Amino acid sequence: MASAPKRLKGDLMTQPSPFDDVPGTTLFDAERSRQGYHLNMFCMSLMKPANREQFKANEAGYLNKFPLTPEQRDAVLKRDWNRMIALGGNIYFLAKLFSTDGLSFQHVAAEMTGSTQEAYAQMMLNGGRSIEGNRSKSEGKHRG
Amino acid sequence: MAKIVASVNCSHVPAIGVAWDLGKTETPYWAPVFKGFDFSKKWIAAVDPDVVILVYNDHASAFSVELIPTFALGCTEEFKPADEGWGPRPVPIVKGHPVLAAHLAQAIILDGFDLTIVNKLDVDHGATVPLTLMFGQPAEWPCLIIPLAVNVVQYPPPTGERCYNLGKAIKKAVESYPEDLRVVIFGTGGMSHQLQGKRAGLINRDFDTRLLDNLSKDPESVAKIPFIDYFREAGSEGIEMVMWLISRGALEANVREIHRFYHVPASNTALGHLILENESFAKA
Repeated sequence: MASAPKRLKGDLMTQPSPFDDVPGTTLFDAERSRQGYHLNMFCMSLMKPANREQFKANEAGYLNKFPLTPEQRDAVLKRDWNRMIALGGNIYFLAKLFSTDGLSFQHVAAEMTGSTQEAYAQMMLNGGRSIEGNRSKSEGKHRG
Repeated sequence: MAKIVASVNCSHVPAIGVAWDLGKTETPYWAPVFKGFDFSKKWIAAVDPDVVILVYNDHASAFSVELIPTFALGCTEEFKPADEGWGPRPVPIVKGHPVLAAHLAQAIILDGFDLTIVNKLDVDHGATVPLTLMFGQPAEWPCLIIPLAVNVVQYPPPTGERCYNLGKAIKKAVESYPEDLRVVIFGTGGMSHQLQGKRAGLINRDFDTRLLDNLSKDPESVAKIPFIDYFREAGSEGIEMVMWLISRGALEANVREIHRFYHVPASNTALGHLILENESFAKA
């Protein structure tokens, strides 16, 4: 049997991706979806109240039911949201986990930016994070 | 025959549902948001649709990473509010129109759009928040509702062109249904927002305003906006706005802008709301 392919092949994946040029932003594509499959399915399981109770009672034990990588498991236990995203998690799946924790999208968004809750809330009240300076890692080259 | 007479576009921020369900509609933070829909509630009561086609996206509630349909049409009798991790919203069950939905599925698939037919679908905040904003809290939703779920979670979502053309196919399919039904189509989600990473909280009022301006007058230009522009300019979750093109495509070329509302912030999001009527539509 042939060994499993490591990456998607084809032009799409061999060209430098314009998505990688957008700062502080991760594209949830097929490859990340595959990488994060079990992490995201663990999050889905928390849509059932009984599972939420089991998870809250014994987080590490509950996680044994899912074949997460050690890094994914550690990121879940530490609630390292950026790390979960980097390891294939998607924000709408992670929402099941932070909802189980009683946290809001805004709370977790603030954590991911490294801001305090107060400063993040104030930034949103002031009209949100400006697009100026946040379009591109190579802002000078971008003509948008 | 059945006819789509108008479209309703609006954001479907989950925190709006939470605010409503917890009775926080009069707080200084939320009062302006709900006020933006005072006119809309009266308008839709006057239009009194028989059916709403509700274009929305599922947020990993009914569809996980196990199954990711690009366009999924709800063809059954009932759609329950989903438990998204904090219990289902205390809102009425969404009642479908399985006969019209079966007709739409058949006509639209034969027209070249390979819809997925869904007969078990719990609807999350993407569907229930727009219903709350438009109808408040009735004991039952005042019309039948056909949900159309669009994948905008895993890249690639359908293109703007594809969405706009699907809207046109929906218009044709509705008009080939023999019963006299008044239909309103909802296109939900957006506007600019980003919920993840260091750039979370991004808002782009200029991008949103251009889209609001052009959706009525020049929808073809909106349909040409590529994915990367939404991703870069309107935040990683701003791509939800492609669903506004489905509802726009389902209208006639000439439309009247009846109502517009834009407010920042609703949680992490720029809330946008637009009501368009076909020029040929005259309310009784």
